[in-house]
Amino acid sequence: MTSSQLNELSTSTVANSTEVPLWKQDGAEPFLKIENVTKMFGEFTAVDNISLDIYKNELFCLLGGSGSGKSTLLRILAGFESATSGRIIIDGVDMAGIQPWKRPVNMMFQSYALFPHLSVADNVAFGLRREGVARSEVKQRVAQMLDMVQLSALGKRKPNQLSGGQRQRVALARSLIKRPKLLLLDEPLGALDKKLREETQFELINIQEELGVTFVVVTHDQEEAMTLATRIGVMSNGVIVQTAEPHVVYEYPNSRFVAEFVGSVNLFEGKVVEDLPDSVRIRSKEAGVELFVNHGISCAPNQTVHMAIRPEKIKISRNRPEQTENCIQGIIEDIAYMGSLSVFKVRLANGKDVRVTQPNFVRDMGARFTWHEQVYLSWDMDSSVVLTS
Amino acid sequence: MSIPSGSAWIDKSASGMARYNLSRGVNWGRFSVIAVPGLWLGIFFFIPFLVVFKISLSESAIAVPPYSAMLEWDLEEAYATFKLNFGNYLYLFEDTFYLDAYISSVKIASISTFFTLIVGFPIAYLIARSKPSMRVVLLSLVILPFWTSFLLRVYAWMGFLKKNGIVNEFLLSTGIIDQPLVMLQTDFAVYIGIVYTYLPFMILPLYTALEKMDLTLLEAAEDLGSRPYQSFFLVTLPLAVPGIIAGCLLVFIPAVGEFVIPALLGGSDTLMIGRVLWDEFFLNRDWPMASAVAIVMLVVLVLPVMLIRNAQGKEEAHS
Repeated sequence: MTSSQLNELSTSTVANSTEVPLWKQDGAEPFLKIENVTKMFGEFTAVDNISLDIYKNELFCLLGGSGSGKSTLLRILAGFESATSGRIIIDGVDMAGIQPWKRPVNMMFQSYALFPHLSVADNVAFGLRREGVARSEVKQRVAQMLDMVQLSALGKRKPNQLSGGQRQRVALARSLIKRPKLLLLDEPLGALDKKLREETQFELINIQEELGVTFVVVTHDQEEAMTLATRIGVMSNGVIVQTAEPHVVYEYPNSRFVAEFVGSVNLFEGKVVEDLPDSVRIRSKEAGVELFVNHGISCAPNQTVHMAIRPEKIKISRNRPEQTENCIQGIIEDIAYMGSLSVFKVRLANGKDVRVTQPNFVRDMGARFTWHEQVYLSWDMDSSVVLTS
Repeated sequence: MSIPSGSAWIDKSASGMARYNLSRGVNWGRFSVIAVPGLWLGIFFFIPFLVVFKISLSESAIAVPPYSAMLEWDLEEAYATFKLNFGNYLYLFEDTFYLDAYISSVKIASISTFFTLIVGFPIAYLIARSKPSMRVVLLSLVILPFWTSFLLRVYAWMGFLKKNGIVNEFLLSTGIIDQPLVMLQTDFAVYIGIVYTYLPFMILPLYTALEKMDLTLLEAAEDLGSRPYQSFFLVTLPLAVPGIIAGCLLVFIPAVGEFVIPALLGGSDTLMIGRVLWDEFFLNRDWPMASAVAIVMLVVLVLPVMLIRNAQGKEEAHS
């Protein structure tokens, strides 16, 4: 990734962010409509009555752990599994009974599924040849596609002569050559090492914007989902728990599951003692103090709720901070030095551990907090989220 | 920069160790392990081959053993004669009978191999695609006939194919035919015998190749617009090629030299080199001629096999 490409990337995202995205516009026609789709394997419900609208040019991430049903949903979109009930509509066409080889959809497989007996160029050309595209056009389009994924020099190689990153790019080129309306990607970066992943993430976004293809990506890696997605659908047990933009999923999770699955979080169980329209006060045994949140919530009286606070939003100090709300005291139990930041495990008087991260501002180790030091933890009252489910 | 220099030091010492290992000279432990199968091959394959080759270069004689000695000592005159007779080989080419037998053998073996492949492929495919628990059962069914003697199984086919055999009885009783078919003692019966007998040798390597195949490749092909039958010819079949080659060699090679099946099921005009060999040895008692036939058969068989293996090896080295 060159710096000019990076610039291009940042300007294009800025340009996009000024427009109102399609999913926020009233009456916008979704490109992919998933309507009440259920998939049963015997007694097991893999996908449980999912409805989801995905719009043109979106890069939608289905995020979930293994067995959450995300891959099954992807396979239903590709046509490899048929839904037990419900409808899939792609660009206005109901996909019921349409075989995989007739769908305007291509898939990039997690294992890449490159044909081992064919060269890179033949792998990429496979889809066009099935369409009966003229030889000269096949040649030209394959060359163009290989150029885009920077593999022009390796067209004659066999897949087993390529590195993992090169295979990934062949798989991408092969799935894009038919210019599908919808590209499904199953853990596209799963098999790559960390550095290559970061590079490829940006390449994927570039290609997606350049070609204007709608992407649906399945991943279990929340970091991957965060960087790639226009929107994320967090899946668990065959259900989409939350559908929102990445920053909304992270900053405003709608449930304990989402808060814990995306990033790490500290949860304090408690009961609402003061429920005003624009603020709540929570009495929490776990925190040892009353917690104050400056936004209203909707919950039943006396309902047990959880207050969630992200580790990076907690301030840590040796002296008692000036604020009186949301301030607790503890002892540093453990420190993980991670280079750019440090993770502290702070034990409260009642034994609860709180996770706090802090950027390493200073180089001098001596000035930093150390083991068994008594510290104060505090956070702003708008930093936390109250979760009722 | 203490860390990089440290790792360089480790590298150096590691390569030093490797050099030390190599410089120890002959590894006797390794040598003795290889020596056992080497000795076996030498005693039971290479030396007998030389003996047969030597006999093929002598003349037939009414004696025990029934061929002339290669080296003759005349002690009184104090000289030795060393006689090599290439006449047997020349005769192989002079009399078209032998050439016909070779060609006919290769033809019968080729046709049988082809049909074994046609019959074996679907069976291997079925086994490879069935549930793992089912595979064990199906594979043992394929191997089950080996529990009965090969000879008995060929005899059983005589019972099926003869004039008043089971097949004819059935066809007559259902009224499909009104005259019994002549099946026994024809080339047709030989094909059936070979296909039946060698089918497991075709199925097992095919199964291994098909079972290894990653099934998501078929989904990838479908996803790219290929119908199932196209996927079969474009993906499954090419990936099964190593199994097809191995299976065909395992059937073709023994089928060329087959003796029992043409003798029991074939007619008097079924000409196969195995029968010619038998006749030369046991009827004509012409050991040198029989040896020459055997040597030529070996060359005819070994050469193409070596060429195929060589080509395959090169391709594998490439990829």
